[in-house]
Amino acid sequence: MTSRLDRTFAQLRLKGEQALIAYVMAGDPSLEETEQLVVELERAGADIIELGVPFSDPIADGPVIQQAAERALRSGTSLRKILPMVTRLRTKTQIPLVLMAYYNNIHAFGPERFCHEAVQAGVDGLIVPDMPPDEAGPLKGPAAAAGLQLIFLLAPTSTADRRKFVARQSQGFVYYVSLTGITGAKLLNVADVGKNVEKIRKVTQVPVAVGFGVATPEDAANVAAIADGVIVGSAIVKQIAAYQQKPNMVKQVAEFVRSLKTAMNASLAKTR
Amino acid sequence: MGAVPNKQGRFGAYGGRYVPETLMPALLELEEEYARAKKDRRFQSELAYYLKHYVGRPTSLYFAQRLTKRLGGAKIYLKREDLCHTGAHKINNAIGQGLLALRMKKPRIIAETGAGQHGVATATVAAMFGLQCEIYMGTEDMQRQALNVFRMRLLGSTVTGVDAGSRTLKDAISEAMRDWTTNIRTTHYILGSVLGAHPYPMMIRDFQSIIGRETRRQILAAEGRLPDCLIACVGGGSNAMGLFHAFIKDKKVKMVGVEAGGLGVASGKHAARFEGGKPGVLQGTMTYLLQDDDGQINLTHSVSAGLDYAAVGPEHSYLRDQGRASYTSVTDDEAMAAFDLLAREEGIMPALESAHAIAHTVKVAPTMKKSQILVVNLSGRGDKDVQQVAKMRGITL
Repeated sequence: MTSRLDRTFAQLRLKGEQALIAYVMAGDPSLEETEQLVVELERAGADIIELGVPFSDPIADGPVIQQAAERALRSGTSLRKILPMVTRLRTKTQIPLVLMAYYNNIHAFGPERFCHEAVQAGVDGLIVPDMPPDEAGPLKGPAAAAGLQLIFLLAPTSTADRRKFVARQSQGFVYYVSLTGITGAKLLNVADVGKNVEKIRKVTQVPVAVGFGVATPEDAANVAAIADGVIVGSAIVKQIAAYQQKPNMVKQVAEFVRSLKTAMNASLAKTR
Repeated sequence: MGAVPNKQGRFGAYGGRYVPETLMPALLELEEEYARAKKDRRFQSELAYYLKHYVGRPTSLYFAQRLTKRLGGAKIYLKREDLCHTGAHKINNAIGQGLLALRMKKPRIIAETGAGQHGVATATVAAMFGLQCEIYMGTEDMQRQALNVFRMRLLGSTVTGVDAGSRTLKDAISEAMRDWTTNIRTTHYILGSVLGAHPYPMMIRDFQSIIGRETRRQILAAEGRLPDCLIACVGGGSNAMGLFHAFIKDKKVKMVGVEAGGLGVASGKHAARFEGGKPGVLQGTMTYLLQDDDGQINLTHSVSAGLDYAAVGPEHSYLRDQGRASYTSVTDDEAMAAFDLLAREEGIMPALESAHAIAHTVKVAPTMKKSQILVVNLSGRGDKDVQQVAKMRGITL
């Protein structure tokens, strides 16, 4: 059985499109709104949804996502509540869902129980930003048994050895961090990113998605030209924060996501 | 008990390298460079030179005669790390890592600080070695330790306030890690305690282990035998690891770490990780943490900024599991009373961190025989705390 992630990338490849991977922090500002957002972002063109699990001390995240985590924690969000939301979502959508969680939240839940219950709920993949494959031992067995795909990250600082080591263990896609920095930083040089993506493609068959620093439709289009997937996080979270007191928040954020996907597909048309 | 950590940086179940991929190559580079430096005679003699002529080592092992008499039990020796240049043991590690930064040709160093002692030590080393330096500090700690903030600035460092989470040491470490992730090519991160990802807990322990090596030699010279018990305060736990390390194989030497009991463990306002916490992963390492059932890190409290942290160094978790060291806590009030006691009996004002070790000494010394020997690590001096002590007593200076 192929996974939702693998299927989505394969279908997009047939269409000659790249995946738009949209990140939202679960529970920001509430889980009910997150649920609506996932459905509407899919309609607006998102191909994969990355759901952030709020952690009190997110070392890989910049201020935008840190604050989103604080809002989510204030609204009482935890893995125990996120998984039932995923179960509810699965009655409405089959979009691939990837959780992004810091390891301590999974450790506290219990790695084995987490993998099992996450897949039961309908989660497809897992990104743990503070767990390189070197430390993933306790998750690998349970994840494989449950059918949860473990997605690992590569960075501009990764050496050739690490590129091979990490890329070959990554399932679903490889998450290439476009810059040395934290989420929400400014994208510097797409050409350099392209070169590194090529190097990763030489050592693995799985798609390569690029994240960190993709903020505008123009960025998304530029990155789409060099990678299989474009991950947009802080820019979307910023929209959620800006409109969170307004009744049309979901619609506004969906419009922004639509503009990202439109730009990606427009640049695709140009290159044809 | 074999030598720890292993190649993966594990102290039994604890330690490891739980960091974003961006940092992994830097940690591997640091590990290799440190391994080379450890064997490099020139590096070691340079380190020894600065420790002797700049820091003022060896620090004395002082027999606290009046305190011993007052408590009426074991003989109490104080390892006088408060006499180090900059006023605490932190400089032992800052010098070592400063030399490593020079070896790795990193022109910029960063550090986190809680009480400000590690920040001051790092700012000092940066000035002496001509390195650019930025120190991260929680805004709550900046208020509590205003004097140290000014000292760091006088030394030419930038002090950046961190206004997130509990606004204390934990948040300063997260922000320093984010800076390191961003500026990794030019910057070395001088972590201040036996915390974080491998090789930091091992490397910092090694740099601090001179405390125990000197103590061992000094007590043998003074008493002709090893002490019965070692006592040190434990925030991250670098002064404690520094004292304990040379005695690990001497099974008859008891080792006790003293955590911050704050307003009492039952109140929830404390930093007693072993009494109130359970294992988890924070800021690069697996260790005992104060956390809730979902794995969110709890806010901590201590009168002492240097002990006010949710995690403990992974090697302490290991020593505790092995039964080789034991851990206890004393409250803010007990530490404050010990601060006064040492000032009045011995003319030594301890740092509020070190006052926790003294407070435990007050409890155990009277229960021991007069022929027994206690060594207490006086990890820092209390000058930095004078303002805060005055404020707590409602005195305006």
